[in-house]
Amino acid sequence: MRPLIPSAPAHRDPAPSRTAYRMQRLWLTPVFRALLRVGFPAFVMMFSVGLYLSDASRRQAMATAWDGAWEKVEDRPEFLVKLLAIDGASPALAEAIRAKLALPLPMSSFAIDMEAARLSIEELDAVADAEVRIRGSGVLQVEIVERQPVVVWRTGAGLSLLDGEGLRIATILERADRADLPLIAGQGANRAVPEALALLAAAQPILPRLRGLVRVGERRWDLVLDRNQRVLLPEVAPVRALERVIALDQAQKLLDRDVIAVDLRNEHRPVLRLAPAALSALRQARGLESGETGL
Amino acid sequence: MTDLYQSQRAMRHMRRAAMQRGVIAILDVGTSKIACLILRFDGPERLREADGFGPMAGQSGFRVIGAHATRSRGVRFGEIAVMNETERAIRTAVQAAQKMANVRVDHVIACFSGGEPRSYGLAGEWELQDQVVTEQDVARALAACDVPQIGEGREVLHAQPVNFALDHRSGMGDPRGQIGNRLACDLHLLSVEGSVVQNLLYCIKRCDLELAGIASSAYVSGISSLVEDEQELGAACIDLGGGSTGISIFIKKHMIYADAVRMGGDHVTSDISKGLQVPLQVAERIKTRHGGVHATGMDDREMIEIGSDSGDWEKDRRTVSRTELIGIMRPRVEEILEEARTRLDAAGFDHLQSQQIVLTGGASQIPGLDMLATRILGQRVRLGRPLRVQGLPLATSGAAFAGAVGLCLFAAHPQDEWWDFDIPSERYPARSLKRAIKWFRDNW
Repeated sequence: MRPLIPSAPAHRDPAPSRTAYRMQRLWLTPVFRALLRVGFPAFVMMFSVGLYLSDASRRQAMATAWDGAWEKVEDRPEFLVKLLAIDGASPALAEAIRAKLALPLPMSSFAIDMEAARLSIEELDAVADAEVRIRGSGVLQVEIVERQPVVVWRTGAGLSLLDGEGLRIATILERADRADLPLIAGQGANRAVPEALALLAAAQPILPRLRGLVRVGERRWDLVLDRNQRVLLPEVAPVRALERVIALDQAQKLLDRDVIAVDLRNEHRPVLRLAPAALSALRQARGLESGETGL
Repeated sequence: MTDLYQSQRAMRHMRRAAMQRGVIAILDVGTSKIACLILRFDGPERLREADGFGPMAGQSGFRVIGAHATRSRGVRFGEIAVMNETERAIRTAVQAAQKMANVRVDHVIACFSGGEPRSYGLAGEWELQDQVVTEQDVARALAACDVPQIGEGREVLHAQPVNFALDHRSGMGDPRGQIGNRLACDLHLLSVEGSVVQNLLYCIKRCDLELAGIASSAYVSGISSLVEDEQELGAACIDLGGGSTGISIFIKKHMIYADAVRMGGDHVTSDISKGLQVPLQVAERIKTRHGGVHATGMDDREMIEIGSDSGDWEKDRRTVSRTELIGIMRPRVEEILEEARTRLDAAGFDHLQSQQIVLTGGASQIPGLDMLATRILGQRVRLGRPLRVQGLPLATSGAAFAGAVGLCLFAAHPQDEWWDFDIPSERYPARSLKRAIKWFRDNW
């Protein structure tokens, strides 16, 4: 019988050993293959990077190197902003913007926080809208849309200019500085500027006599004319009431008479308040009172 | 038998799993070579668009992506004789095929030619409960077949229903859904030595592979070498292998008989080796290069040098004429063919209308074999080569690979076998029900 356990193989056996066979099958397994070809290198890379970065001094050195490189780029003349140009603003406002931004020009464009600059400009009362951008050749361009003042508001503290929405634009020292704008007064008048503008538009026929509008109790308007005449307007539909007064005036010259106040607060019962002299004259005429009583 | 029924059933499930994964290996364990093909299944639709052909005999659904054949060791007469050697040869073939395909295969379908296959024709009848034939009825008709004594230690390899008859109508392929009263079926049962199957199972398990199917090589080479009309009208396939010669008879696309002669090309080689006093390797070389079965006058003058390195000049310079070689080969080939003829006659092949015989396998490549076979087997003999399969390398598409190619077709379209049908519910052994109840009591 042939020996069952061969002493030495006569020639090379073409068959793979059991281990080689299993290894090849393992290598042909898709999951194992993906793990070895992607997972293992990724792990080695992450691990080595982590190992390198676990030292604090290395991290510090890397941070400083990065900062140095970044500064070098920032400080290049191509990125320097040398000039601040402001368009669409009056000279006084432009000065105010420059003072507000207070940029130490020339400086690198990376150091300018455009959004913060825009917000700080828009904080100014006179600015409705601002746009900040860096133009070529180192110019910081600021485009401004200014608020337009429409009324002067007198308060205890002084005179302010308000725009159509009642926002404060600026303070003026004297009424005469903006004599072209109508005057309003009273607490809370700034919150009813659109209504005031509507009243002013309606009061066009008596405009030469108009001194201003007074907000009463933060709810209704008084129209103040010269000779201290007042038209007390209701809270609701003041424009219609005013038109009624103007119609009366045009028909019967109501306001030319010796009237202190026209009270329209209750539309069903308008009241005229006469001056004392006129009142006594009326009473005399009605025979209620003698002409000499007052004397 | 229930045991094998269960294991065959498990193999079917394994095959389905492999088809879902899309890769399956084919292993032809032969006496002279072990071939491994790796198939990739990727849906017929895509391939049909790609090549513009319709489905060809069901083989357009897969593609061979890896192939390797290695010299077989430790296999005799198609049976595993030395387990270690066979395992190494299988490993070699599988590894090389895997390397070519660049995929890992876990499921393998194997075929072998040994184990003394024996055919039995069984018949069963079943009275239908309600007119219409259902799958249960088919299973009951199959279960009603009376199983013959197949012998101690033998197991069923194939059990294929080949014919169904409903009342007086016979020759039905698929009776399901038809209306009748009595369903009768014919079953072809092929039994082999159980130990041969066990050895093969063990060998494949040792290679970390799972068996997804097992087939007789006579059957699968018939599938690949017989063309469609031959399978339909009736034909016999003789697979002249290395260690054994498989015989299968087909009719109506079903195998109705299979047998094996335990003689093959290796016996021719050993005859040459003995007759010319040369080693087996030299004999094999002389057989393949100069072999033949018909001597002519020309062959007397054709001298073949028998190289050898014994050191004896006279012995090393011997020559032999081709006529002498043919004189050694021819009796053995005649013996094989006559044995095959005997088997065919015993099976009643001469009662078939069509007497077509197809010779395939490695030994069918002997020049002049068809003329010799005509004398012994009858006029209608042809040499068959296996079907062309997509992606099969040229080196593995010869007649010697009929079994491997047939196994590919078998893997793609297996025939319904007995174990593909569910066991009829009343046939479940009562013991298993009792066991289930006991398990339930113990655990809940």
